[in-house]
Amino acid sequence: MKRDLVIIGGGPAGLAAAIAAYDKGVRDILVVERESRPGGILKQCIHNGFGLTRFKESMTGPEYAQRFIDEAEKRKIEILTDTFVTRLTDKKEVTCMNERGIFTIQARAVILAMGCRERSKGALNIAGTRPAGLFSAGTAQKYVNLYGMLPGKRVVILGSGDIGLIMARRMTLEGAKVLCVCEIRPHSSGLRRNIAQCLDDFGIPLYLQHTIVEIRGKERVEGVVVAAVDKDKRPIAGTEKVFECDTVLFSVGLIPENELTKGAGIPLDGRTKGCTVDGDRETQAEGIFACGNVLHVHDLVDFVSEEAEIAGSAAAEYLFGGERQKRLIPVQAGQNVSYVLPQRLDAASESPQKLYFRVTGAIKNAVVRVEGGDGVREWKKIAVAPGEMEHITLPPAYFREAEGLCVSVLAQEA
Amino acid sequence: MYDVAVIGAGVVGAFCARELKKYDLDVVVAESADDVAAGASRANSGIVHAGFDAPAGSLKAKFNLEGNRLMEEVCRELGVKFYRNGSLVLAGKGQEEQLRALFERGIQNGVTGLRIVGREELAAMEPNVAEGAQSALYAPTGGIVCPYGLTIAAMGNAMDNGAALECGFKAVSAERCKGGWTLHAASGKTLSARIVINCAGYGSEQVAALFGDSSFRIGARKGEYMLLDRSCGGFVRHTMFSLPTAAGKGVLLTPTADGNVLVGPTSVEQAEYDTSVRREGFDDIRAKACLLMKDIPFSQTITSFAGVRAYSDRHDFIVEWSAACEGLFHVAGIESPGLTSAPALGAYAAKQVAEKLGAGKNSTFDPVRRPQHWFRSLTDEEKNEVIARRPEYGKIVCRCEEVTLGEIVDAMRTNPPARTLDGIKLRTRAGMGRCQSGFCQPGVFDILRSEYGLQADEVTKNGGKSFVIAGGEL
Ligand SMILES: Cc1cc2nc3c(=O)[nH]c(=O)nc-3n(C[C@H](O)[C@H](O)[C@H](O)COP(=O)(O)OP(=O)(O)OC[C@H]3O[C@@H](n4cnc5c(N)ncnc54)[C@H](O)[C@@H]3O)c2cc1C
Ligand SMILES: Cc1cc2nc3c(=O)[nH]c(=O)nc-3n(C[C@H](O)[C@H](O)[C@H](O)COP(=O)(O)OP(=O)(O)OC[C@H]3O[C@@H](n4cnc5c(N)ncnc54)[C@H](O)[C@@H]3O)c2cc1C
Repeated sequence: MKRDLVIIGGGPAGLAAAIAAYDKGVRDILVVERESRPGGILKQCIHNGFGLTRFKESMTGPEYAQRFIDEAEKRKIEILTDTFVTRLTDKKEVTCMNERGIFTIQARAVILAMGCRERSKGALNIAGTRPAGLFSAGTAQKYVNLYGMLPGKRVVILGSGDIGLIMARRMTLEGAKVLCVCEIRPHSSGLRRNIAQCLDDFGIPLYLQHTIVEIRGKERVEGVVVAAVDKDKRPIAGTEKVFECDTVLFSVGLIPENELTKGAGIPLDGRTKGCTVDGDRETQAEGIFACGNVLHVHDLVDFVSEEAEIAGSAAAEYLFGGERQKRLIPVQAGQNVSYVLPQRLDAASESPQKLYFRVTGAIKNAVVRVEGGDGVREWKKIAVAPGEMEHITLPPAYFREAEGLCVSVLAQEA
Repeated sequence: MYDVAVIGAGVVGAFCARELKKYDLDVVVAESADDVAAGASRANSGIVHAGFDAPAGSLKAKFNLEGNRLMEEVCRELGVKFYRNGSLVLAGKGQEEQLRALFERGIQNGVTGLRIVGREELAAMEPNVAEGAQSALYAPTGGIVCPYGLTIAAMGNAMDNGAALECGFKAVSAERCKGGWTLHAASGKTLSARIVINCAGYGSEQVAALFGDSSFRIGARKGEYMLLDRSCGGFVRHTMFSLPTAAGKGVLLTPTADGNVLVGPTSVEQAEYDTSVRREGFDDIRAKACLLMKDIPFSQTITSFAGVRAYSDRHDFIVEWSAACEGLFHVAGIESPGLTSAPALGAYAAKQVAEKLGAGKNSTFDPVRRPQHWFRSLTDEEKNEVIARRPEYGKIVCRCEEVTLGEIVDAMRTNPPARTLDGIKLRTRAGMGRCQSGFCQPGVFDILRSEYGLQADEVTKNGGKSFVIAGGEL
């Protein structure tokens, strides 16, 4: 089987990429989705707050997804659901499996939009027992929102990622008692608005620099021991507190789902755990693009859609014009910056380039500094935090002659 | 009345049952947990030991060698993956003599192929070996097997041949009845048999006591492990040991039969059976493992767990008729190398019992079971043939391990049937991958509900009161 464009994943990224590619003239598009319905993780995010940036209105996750599903339907874009992509090669062969069998599609271009998965509790090496009642926050979200079941009644949440925060509120509203949220770092990894609306409004304490050091219970969770940690994240003896609970939720990070990518031998960035891409979101394998949470973890779906449109349009351009002549220069993460995306930029590009980045720690009155192009550029930000992705836009004149750029964030001198 | 009741469905009880079914005997296995492989047989190193370590002349040495010899054929019959990946015992500077002594003991025990390799050969065999390792004892007959996979398969094969399994049967008393014994369970159930075999692992001292036999004590020694993702699969090929000490074989590092890397176990004396893991345990594992290999990818840890060694005060296996009580046979105190020895222990115990009862051979016994994970070993064309007949084999439920709905359904309809999330996990690997069931758990939960007609609050992780949903339906 041959297709022009195969998109792996029918979440917001895959859908937006498909729509963008269609609007640029591509007609032979196939979106492959392993679940029964498109929409990705948004299907279970029934809270609102989606679309504020893009549509200037607050929607629920399913509502946001539906807009894109409707647009895709309008264009009669084919979405193959209940179909799992099991293999990908750098020659753009996509092997799928569903109830009709296993088949391989030879694509002319591929967009990776597989999203991310939650980091598991197993990776944390917490002492104690392994009873029932330990859930990743997203799994608990699925039970509550899609199954209509409450995993437990007394809850401790480890990690202050957005899903954990959202679930603190959700489970409280459904009648559970959320005792606390523990975060090992000195700052939350979630959005500020989520801390205010999901914890503060419900009087749920957030213990920063605290972690769970032991899980207790034989068959079902009976409690956890929480302790303060020092600056090296080591528990401080004597600070232990016992919380009696029947449930522990883990919201300890998201990891781009790149097993297919690894299988295809496409290089990944050690920090983002996604591909290294250029401004077109093209990976180091020609004609294979990536966008959304599979590329780097986003906090807002609005940026996912935007990124997917870049990838979709670029894939269309590639399909019509072949690989463009690019002069790729590296973009580096400087002081206080954990990563910048894209990692490489086409200095020959005629259009402005947007750089997305995250900081390593919270800074008030920050200055974003870009060097390496035509002089030094600076932007002021009132506050930056690791939980919130930032971006700046560079005009072509700035990088035309550059050999490499570096983005850093500094505290503004008083 | 059964001919034989086996107490305990660990690997030893499972092989006793399977071997007993080679004779014309009615067999039941009584297990206190809600599934097989609930004790030490679930959480251990999974090594098929070569046999150089056990004291010469001990039962451990005898059954280890015999079990190692049998393992290949047994695994072929039962369709369980078994690899002779070979073992390496590392020695640093100044430890040559100890290594030599181990080599001699191995020769004495009858281990074949043993050889001492120098640093250069060692580094070629294991590029990531620690710098401090100067030489090693190489035992090519050492192997790896999935311990719960082996237990499930042995029990399944026994059941396919007519053995009965009573899960949730915790034997709490035994009384003489006409021609044998009646066992009473905590649940109130009873069953009677002419002969009882005590394979209750850590519980075997208590089980003996039910019969008035107090001839041995069982102690508990915990061993903690860290398990690394399959992406680290190429990191190590052989099973890497340090030199054994009085405390045991120490921390080892090995590939598992399913392609992960396993590091551990620690050794912690305990007052009672307890499988919790400790923070100090992790530190201990890391520190000791670094003496085996360099740059161990601990960041790829996907889970940690502990198993409990049930050792006897005789410091050897107890494989004998009870002296205190007629009709009771012990296969107790089976600590390491008990997994390796299980096929041989089962064969020996079955022979003793069959002789006692004057049982003949069972001419209809079929030793073959459909291979575990048979579907994933097929080619794409073969898979397509299966999917054409059974479309549920085309639906992936667990994304990390790519387990299909068909495999999960089969795990509930094949002996011994899975009834819990962990039961499905042990049989199919659904939930055993890098996301540790975050993705597939709700799906498996649904499948269990529909297969067994369960309410939401009836599905358990591993039986008992380990309910998944504790807050009810909304
Ligand atoms: C639990 C959770 C809560 C969130 N809450 C918010 C919020 O409150 N507000 C907000 O703005 N953003 C939120 N986000 C972020 C936002 O929803 C995500 O950034 C967005 O959904 C990412 O879109 P995506 O398409 O990249 O990934 P996903 O939505 O994860 O979609 C990926 C799709 O790919 C499919 N797929 C993956 N692998 C394969 C394969 N091998 N074969 C076939 N199909 C495959 C998956 O089934 C899935 O449908 C949340 C994210 C998560 C994970
Ligand atoms: C940390 C560790 C590492 C090991 N590594 C290896 C290795 O690499 N190689 C090797 O060969 N061996 C190894 N072993 C040893 C091996 O795991 C054991 O010897 C073997 O699993 C023992 O099997 P079993 O059937 O005797 O006991 P178990 O598997 O413990 O089974 C006993 C069963 O009896 C049941 N039971 C108890 N009391 C009652 C009762 N009253 N009524 C009904 N049922 C009851 C229990 O629920 C349990 O299921 C290791 C052991 C440990 C703990």
